[in-house]
Amino acid sequence: MTTHVLGDTGVLTSRSLRHILRSPDTIITTAVTPIALMLLFVYVLGGAINTGSDESYINYMLPGILLITIASGVAYTAYRLFLDLQGGIFERFQSMPIARSSVLWAHVLTSLVANLVSVAIVIGVALIMGFRTGASVGAWLAVAGILILFTLALTWLAVIAGLSAKTVDGASAFSYPLIFLPFISSAFVPTDSMPAPVAWFAENQPVTSIVNSMRALFAGEPVGSDIWVALAWLVGILVVAYAFAIAIYRRKIS
Amino acid sequence: MTTEAAIRVQGIEKSFKDLHVLRGVDFDVKAGSIFALLGSNGAGKTTLVRILSTLLKADAGTATVHGIDVAAQPGEVRESISLTGQFAAVDEVLSGRENLVLIAKLRHLKNPGAIADELLARFSLTEAGGRKASTYSGGMRRRLDIAMSLIGSPPIIFLDEPTTGLDPQARIEVWQTVKELANNGTTVLLTTQHLDEAEQLADRIAILHKGTIIQNGTLAELKRLLPAAKVEYVEKQPSLEDVFLTLVGDTGETETTDGDRIDGAVPAGKEPR
Repeated sequence: MTTHVLGDTGVLTSRSLRHILRSPDTIITTAVTPIALMLLFVYVLGGAINTGSDESYINYMLPGILLITIASGVAYTAYRLFLDLQGGIFERFQSMPIARSSVLWAHVLTSLVANLVSVAIVIGVALIMGFRTGASVGAWLAVAGILILFTLALTWLAVIAGLSAKTVDGASAFSYPLIFLPFISSAFVPTDSMPAPVAWFAENQPVTSIVNSMRALFAGEPVGSDIWVALAWLVGILVVAYAFAIAIYRRKIS
Repeated sequence: MTTEAAIRVQGIEKSFKDLHVLRGVDFDVKAGSIFALLGSNGAGKTTLVRILSTLLKADAGTATVHGIDVAAQPGEVRESISLTGQFAAVDEVLSGRENLVLIAKLRHLKNPGAIADELLARFSLTEAGGRKASTYSGGMRRRLDIAMSLIGSPPIIFLDEPTTGLDPQARIEVWQTVKELANNGTTVLLTTQHLDEAEQLADRIAILHKGTIIQNGTLAELKRLLPAAKVEYVEKQPSLEDVFLTLVGDTGETETTDGDRIDGAVPAGKEPR
């Protein structure tokens, strides 16, 4: 049956991609909130924020905005997975001779595609608003790699939520704290402006190292040790979330 | 395979926490026959179907489907079965045709498009084939659901309450489909709580009550359990279903235009106005 994993995953991925094409509002909604935040921070609040660098504020905050985009986008994965479980189509797939992991991978790959499209839209708006970068191709690839890892890690968290939720609202509620996390990090203001305990939390949570790495990559500066901390967080969350999701899935289908 | 039972259930038990749903279920289903599992809500019918279709593991007992143990080789069992669950398992965002193509591709068949078109025609869904399944009526959705289950011609089909929530004509259509399936040699295990459905369709009927099979036999055998029929003269009153079907003028022959039938179930001309 392993020979069918790729084929089955492909067929099921094109199914859920078709869901997105037929309701493109899921991609637009995902992009609208971060764009609104970007407008708010750049044109209203940004003038009063002292980032301690001479970079434009939009350059400073874009990495955090991209993470918020992904954090709100993965909620749709939990939502779609939950609907599959509810509607009975999940049971149909499970009673068919298809590779069992392909049902989850299809949702994960769909999430990756949808979120990268949303991220591209947000970056496009940021460029119009004055975001500029001298990043090399290599640096862009590194940023893309970080965003892909971040999406995969959060999507597997979304799979856990989608598999274990009891209601539609419950399926997407897990993403709210994730969307909020960038605000208590170096994404919008430097952490040294915060009270000591908050600053400690901000400096030691994953978003700060990820944001700092991306900011350095966009600015064409050396990333320092931040990139390794960021990668450790990303891979760590990805592995743990994947393991949990698979364990819950196994329990669900046996 | 014809000499052996298509489905053999022996001593199956299943509990959910303290709830002892199945307490030792035994029965055989002959290949090519229609077997009805009759029981009230909560009798354990769905649990049993989920065990036989490899969605759930039994606590005790063995079950073989198409000669293969469901617990030991679920992957092989899935090759020879198809499940139509209690809720129509169709993808509402996709069109009817896309749903069929999806399943044909997942069963790794050649020409998924041709298979889809053939089934659309067979289930009188050709016109609706390009529409989203979410726009279908309950009966159309159920037909699509059953059509999806037939892809790949699995020798054994499980139908869990296939007519629940359907209007009378749609129910008759489903019945005809089931009969055709059995005529073509497919083994059908269906669950139902409608006594007339079991009476209409089944070669054998088993009554599942409080987790065990309390009776199993042909309709004639089950009827013999009660005292012999006495002859009484009772005025023949048409049932409301007779009235309805006569007024609507439909005996379940599949129609070409689904929309008309659903929207205008009672033709205006027949109403005394």
